[in-house]
Amino acid sequence: MKDGYELVYKRPATLLDARMHYCPGCFHSTMHKIIMEVVEEMGIEEDTIGVSPVGCSVFAYNYMDIDFQQAAHGRACAVATGIKRSLPDKFVFTYQGDGDLAAIGTAETIHSCNRGENFTIFFINNAIYGMTGGQMAPTTLEGQKTSTSPYGRDIKNVGHPLRMAEMVSQLPGVAYCERLVLNTPANVRKAKKSIKKAFEIQKQGLGMTFLEVVSNCPSGWKCSPVESLDFVGEDMLKYYPLGVKKDVTANSN
Amino acid sequence: MSKKEIAFMKGNEALAEAALRAGMTGYYGYPITPQSEIMEYLTRQAPEYPNVTILQAESEVASVNMLYGAGGAGGRVMTSSSSPGYSLMQEGVSYIACAEIPSVFVNVQRGGPGLGTIQPSQGDYFQAVKGGGHGDYRVIVFAPNSVQEMVDHTILAFDLADKWRNPALILTDGAIGQMMEKIELPEHYKFRSTEDMRAEKPWATNGRKDGRKKNLLTSLNIKSEDMERKNHELQAKYAKICDEEVRYESYHLDDADIIISAYGLSSRICKKVVDIGREQGMKVGLLRPITLWPFPSKKIDELAKKENVKLFMSIEMSVGQMVEDVKLVVNGRKPVHHYGKTGGIIFTAEDVLNQIKAKI
Repeated sequence: MKDGYELVYKRPATLLDARMHYCPGCFHSTMHKIIMEVVEEMGIEEDTIGVSPVGCSVFAYNYMDIDFQQAAHGRACAVATGIKRSLPDKFVFTYQGDGDLAAIGTAETIHSCNRGENFTIFFINNAIYGMTGGQMAPTTLEGQKTSTSPYGRDIKNVGHPLRMAEMVSQLPGVAYCERLVLNTPANVRKAKKSIKKAFEIQKQGLGMTFLEVVSNCPSGWKCSPVESLDFVGEDMLKYYPLGVKKDVTANSN
Repeated sequence: MSKKEIAFMKGNEALAEAALRAGMTGYYGYPITPQSEIMEYLTRQAPEYPNVTILQAESEVASVNMLYGAGGAGGRVMTSSSSPGYSLMQEGVSYIACAEIPSVFVNVQRGGPGLGTIQPSQGDYFQAVKGGGHGDYRVIVFAPNSVQEMVDHTILAFDLADKWRNPALILTDGAIGQMMEKIELPEHYKFRSTEDMRAEKPWATNGRKDGRKKNLLTSLNIKSEDMERKNHELQAKYAKICDEEVRYESYHLDDADIIISAYGLSSRICKKVVDIGREQGMKVGLLRPITLWPFPSKKIDELAKKENVKLFMSIEMSVGQMVEDVKLVVNGRKPVHHYGKTGGIIFTAEDVLNQIKAKI
């Protein structure tokens, strides 16, 4: 640090200084950073185990300097159940996309939430299969064009986009459920607070903590990063409203 | 040291008791006939074992992935199922084999294909020994033929899974699982603390501590060169397992000119075939593979070389699966035949003897 300068912003030590494979403008890097900031601030880097999914964030372990297991497609919640049951004093989280969590892994998601497993799910909902090249996801909006819904999602044919946060918040095993977005600096700061809250609830052993992050995919959506922010703010948030869906600690505060 | 503990138990329950005594830390299962007694027994015993996780999962797909997580966290873990359920687990077994996570599987076979029948079968041999899931991997496979061996093989499966960082499978069937026999139970393994497990398994993902680098368990090797290197490493391990872990039983093989090969339930019947055949003056002997993989290829090769050996006969409760491995080793030097029944129909010793007589 040069004399006369004050360091006001830096990468958390738990976020490795690696070149990320994520596309420009993608929210994954922001989400990785704020999770690792919370882990560093809470001083739990030696006590946290992450589970990465199949999808773009399969390589999350290349960036986060904590123990990691990489799960089969859709099975992150089952893997996390096995880890947390074995190591109940550790912090465990899954990091999953919409195809992973809300299509192939719906059963594991619902049942781990329903059992009230004490880990945290970070659900990155960008309404598309990013890694496989932009196919329709369970959360793709009505009319949204993807490589497998080239004329727009037809709900008569493939059904409605799934609102996972609303669904899992109905389950008694879920202690805290909130939908977040990372489209502005203010929302990023808000999301970070929610992550910290989720880990604190996990520490208390109150049940599942589920954070859905409305996210973007400029490459899959075939638009610029700036345009993707417009789609998030104008279209995604209309169908996926932000806010706390459930908080068992709310009354005690 | 306590005195010998003798019990009269059902195969499935004896296996479950052995798992607890082997220091199992986690069991994740899903009900299916004819093996449901395993989880029923474990959940009954659970109050005695507060440190053991016993969890009924939402599916076999979930339970195999719970095994991945819990085994990866450093535990001694097991799941059990029967044929259709073990099929559902195959993706997970492949991931576990590649990530090299020690884990014990039990397949109490029933008749297939499809939903099949709940009666005993040996129709899953191919699935068990040839991989079952995708990719080049192997699972250590035990084939118990008695309730005592359900106990012994379970203990061995936990130890070899840990020793080789590999999945191990008890391949048994509905008859062995359901029958009751007198057994001798081993003493409990010493309780392992979290610190013991950390020391035993420095690769486990239990939180990086004391300055160690982060641990990663993955089956993803996206660069071709990395994937091939991983495959070479796995194959080198499998070659060592073949050198060190082959187990079989010989029964009257020394002067035998007719060699029966049979495992599990079939081998019990074939012992009787040998006894009756010998009474009738036939020089018949039995080679019983105890490990189906690694396969007792060297012993079969040795037998195939003997001038007096006339033929091999593989007796299985299937349309002929292990017979292919016998043929691979014999390699045309002697005739190799198969006789079997399916669908839960179990041949008698007389059936087998008549089939052998028809071949000579």
